[in-house]
Amino acid sequence: MGVGILVEDLNAWYGSTHTLQDINLHIPANHATALIGPSGCGKSTFVRCLNRMHETNPIARATGTVKMGEIDIYNDASPVEIRRRVGMVFQRPNPFPTMSIYDNVVSGLKLNGFRNRRILDETVERSLKQAALWEEVKDDLKKKSGASLSGGQQQRMCIARALAVDPEVLLMDEPASALDPVSTSKIEDLIFQLKSQYTIVIVTHNMQQAARVAENTGFFLNGKMVEFDSTHKIFTNPRDKRTEDYITGRFG
Amino acid sequence: MPPSRMTTERESGSSMPVPSPMPVTPPSVSMEETSPASGSGAPSAIRTYLNQRGSGRLADNSFAAVMLICACSIFAIVLFVFTILVLRSHLSLVQFGWRFFTRSAWDPVAGDFGALAFIYGTLATSILALILAVPLALGVAVFITELCPRPLRAPISFLTELLAAIPSVVYGLWAVFVLVPLMRDVIGPFLSKTLGWTGFFEGPNFGVGLLTASIILSIMILPIISSLTRDIMMAVPNSQREAVLALGATKWEMIRIGVLRNSRIGIVGAIMLGLGRALGETMAVTMVIGNHPEISKSLFAPGYTLASVIANEFSEATGDLYLSALIQIGLALFLVTIVVNAIARLMVWAVTRGAPARVS
Amino acid sequence: MSTQPLGIPPTRPMDFQTKTMRLNNLRRNIANYVVSSLAVIATILVIIPLVAILFYLIYKGASSLNLAFFTHLPAPVGESGGGMANAIVGSGIILTLASLIGVPIGIAAGVYLAEFGRGRMLANAIRFTADVLNGVPSIVMGIAVFALLVQGRHFSAFSGGVVLGIMMIPTITRTTEEMLATVPHAIREAALGLGVPKWRTVMSVSLRTASPGIITGCMLAFARVAGETAPLLFTAFGNQFWSFRLNEPIAALPLQIFVYATGPYDEWHRLAWAGALVLIVLIMVSVTLVRIFANRGVLKGGS
Repeated sequence: MGVGILVEDLNAWYGSTHTLQDINLHIPANHATALIGPSGCGKSTFVRCLNRMHETNPIARATGTVKMGEIDIYNDASPVEIRRRVGMVFQRPNPFPTMSIYDNVVSGLKLNGFRNRRILDETVERSLKQAALWEEVKDDLKKKSGASLSGGQQQRMCIARALAVDPEVLLMDEPASALDPVSTSKIEDLIFQLKSQYTIVIVTHNMQQAARVAENTGFFLNGKMVEFDSTHKIFTNPRDKRTEDYITGRFG
Repeated sequence: MPPSRMTTERESGSSMPVPSPMPVTPPSVSMEETSPASGSGAPSAIRTYLNQRGSGRLADNSFAAVMLICACSIFAIVLFVFTILVLRSHLSLVQFGWRFFTRSAWDPVAGDFGALAFIYGTLATSILALILAVPLALGVAVFITELCPRPLRAPISFLTELLAAIPSVVYGLWAVFVLVPLMRDVIGPFLSKTLGWTGFFEGPNFGVGLLTASIILSIMILPIISSLTRDIMMAVPNSQREAVLALGATKWEMIRIGVLRNSRIGIVGAIMLGLGRALGETMAVTMVIGNHPEISKSLFAPGYTLASVIANEFSEATGDLYLSALIQIGLALFLVTIVVNAIARLMVWAVTRGAPARVS
Repeated sequence: MSTQPLGIPPTRPMDFQTKTMRLNNLRRNIANYVVSSLAVIATILVIIPLVAILFYLIYKGASSLNLAFFTHLPAPVGESGGGMANAIVGSGIILTLASLIGVPIGIAAGVYLAEFGRGRMLANAIRFTADVLNGVPSIVMGIAVFALLVQGRHFSAFSGGVVLGIMMIPTITRTTEEMLATVPHAIREAALGLGVPKWRTVMSVSLRTASPGIITGCMLAFARVAGETAPLLFTAFGNQFWSFRLNEPIAALPLQIFVYATGPYDEWHRLAWAGALVLIVLIMVSVTLVRIFANRGVLKGGS
C-alpha cells in the first residue's frame, strides 16, 4: 500500500549548480502524480532525491526534508533502507544481462538475501502479472536472459522487478520515452491499474501522458516547482502564466 | 492554437471515476496514508523481511576498505622493492658510492667492484636493438593500421601478439642454436667484409657477442613498440586522415602528415617503453652475449649487461660485499627502468588521453 | 534569367600538367610506393623470426616428446633418457601459489580503481604506478624477494610463488579495471535503486557482468609469468628431484630449459628443445583462448 510524500524546502546541488530550489509539495498516497516540464528543469533530479539515488553521484547533495509516511528519509534511515521501500523505473530499461527473467524480477529480494523458494515463485508470478508480462514470458522464466526481450518487454520486466519488493512508492523517470507507441500505451495502462495500490510519481515530458494517467500534476521550470494541482486544473485552467505557456507549447 | 482536448478519463473500462480536483493539501493533513480502503492493512512477508534488513553500512565500509588496501598494495610493492634493495646493497654503497658506476674493474676475488662494463654492455645492446627494431616496428604498425587489407588485419596483429608471448628463455634457446651459428658462419664474415672498415666488426667472431645479443633483443622488443604504436595511430581520429586526403595527398603523405605527425609524442613514448624492456631483458641476452665484462668497440666482442651479471653470478656470490655489489646493480636497474617507464607512460598517455593503456 | 553569354572573354583552362607538376607527382607517387613496399617488407621480416622459431621448436622438440618426458625425472649427468616431469609439476605448483596471491589482490585492486576510486587522485596514481611496475625487470623482482625470503634461509617454492604472484598483480589490476569500466552504469543504478548495498552490487552485478573479461585478464597474466625464468633463478632455484614441500627448492620448466640449454651435453639440449615446445604450446593455447574468450565476452556479457 502506498504512503504519501511530504517535501519541505528541498534544495539540491550538483557540485556548484543549484539544481532544485525550495521545492515544497505533498504527493498524496495511492494516486499517480505526474511531473512535467522542459528538459533540464530538474524533474529527474527531484525524483532521484525521493529515494536518495542522487547520492550515488559524489558531487551531489541536498538539503531539506522529505517525509515518506512517518519517516524522514534523510535523517531517520540509510539510503539503502529507503531504496528498499521505493521502487524505481528508469528511462531506459536496464535488466541485468547475466540473469534470467526469473532472477531479474526477484533480484531485489535475492540480492538482499531472501531465500524462501515458494514466496519467490509467487512473487515472480504476481509481479509479472501486475506488469502485464506474465503471459508472454511464463514459459521462459529461467531459460531466457533478461536482456533477450524486446525493449517494451524489458521495461515491463523492470517494472515487475520494482514491484516485486512490494514498495510503498513507485518512482518512474520517463518510463516510456525510449519505447514504441504500442509499448507506451501498455505501460500507461499498467500505471492506471497500479495507482490504486501504490503511490506513483511519474516524470514525463509527454503532457498527454500526464493527462491520461495522473490525478495530480506538478510543473517544474528551472529547478523550481511552479505549480502543483489536479491534472484537470493544470491543463484547463492553470494559475501561473508560465504553466500556460508550457502547456500551449510556447516553449519546451 | 487552442490546446487540444485532453481527457483525464481512460476509455478502457476502469473502475475509477473522473478524479475530483485534489488541491495541494497543507502539511497539517494526517501523514499516515496507508489507504485502508484498497486492501489488506498488514504488510506482506516480503515487506517485513526487507524492513528488518540492516543498512549494510558496516559491510559496505569494510568492503571498500579491503579493496583500498589491495589497491595500495601496488604502492607497497614498489616501496618494498626499493627499500630492500637499498638496505641490502648498503655495504657496496658505502664502500664504493657513486663511483661504482664509473669503474670498470670487476674482481670478486679481490673484492673490487665496478659496473662500468655492464653499463656499456646494457646501453650498447639496447641502443643497437632499438636501431634495428624501431624502423621495423613502425613499418609493421603502419602496415597493419593503414595499408593492410581488412581480412588480414586480425591474423597479422595476432601473430605479432604471439611474438610478445614467447618467453625470454625460448628466444635464448633459439638464439643459441640458430642465431649464433648463423652469426658465426654467415652474417659475421659478410659484415666484416663489407663494413669492416668502420671498426665495428673487428676481431674474432665466435657467434656470441654484442651484435647477436642486440639482434635477439630487437626481435623481443619489436612487438611492444609495434602494438603500442598501433594503438596510438588508431587513436588519431579519422577526420584528420580525411582532411589530408581531401587535399590530394598520396597514401604515404596522408600517413606522414595526418597520422604520424599527430602521434609523434606517443610514438616516442612507445619507443621508450621498448627501451625500458630492452634494458631489463635478462635470459635471452645472457645466453648469447658471451658474459665477459669488457668494453670494446667491436660488436663481435663478448660483453656483459647489468641484468646478465646478476643472473649469472648471483647464486654463487660468496661474501657479503659481492652480493651487495650485485644488489646495487639491481637497484640501479630498478631506478633506471622506473624512470624510463614513467616518462614513456606519460608520453603515451598524453596522446591517447587516458584511454585504457595496453597492458604488455 | 538571361541565356545570353556573359560577355567575358573565354580564358584558357588551367594547365594541371606542367612539367614540374608532372615530375612532382611522379616523385610523390614513387615515394608512396616505396614506403608501402617497405612497410610490407617490414611486416614480412617480422613474421619470419616467429615462423622460424615455431618451426624450429617443433622440428627439434617434437621428436623428444614421449611419455618418458612427461613422467620421468632428469637422468644423471651424462646418461641419456630422462624427462622433465618434476619441472612441469614444479611449475604447476609455483604458478598455483602465484595465482592464489596475485589473482585476489589484483582483482580487488582493479575493483577499487573502477568502483570506488573513479576520478580520484589516488586512483590515478595507483593506475600509473601499476603500469610502471609492469616495466620493472623481472630479475629485479627476483632479487627483492630473494632478499626478503631466501637470504639467511634457503631457496623455496614459496618464494618462487611469491615473486611470480607479485608480478601478476599489476597486470590483473589493469585488466580488471578495464573490464569493469565496460559494465554499463545503468545496471549498477538498477541494483542500487533496488536497495542492494554497494558491496553486493559490486560482487553480484558488476563483477558478474564483467567476469568473462576479468578471467581473460587473469589468464593473460598467468601466461606471462609462466614463462619467466629470471626471478626463479634465486628463489625457487631448481631441483633435480621431486619436490612437493613449499620451503624447499623446486624445479620449474623455464629454469630447467635454461640450465639444459646452456649445458654441455647434447642430451640436455634435446630435452631443452622439448621443454621449450611444451612451454610454448601451453602459453600459445592460453593466448589463443584469451583472444577467443575476449571476443565472446564482449558480445555476451557487456554492452
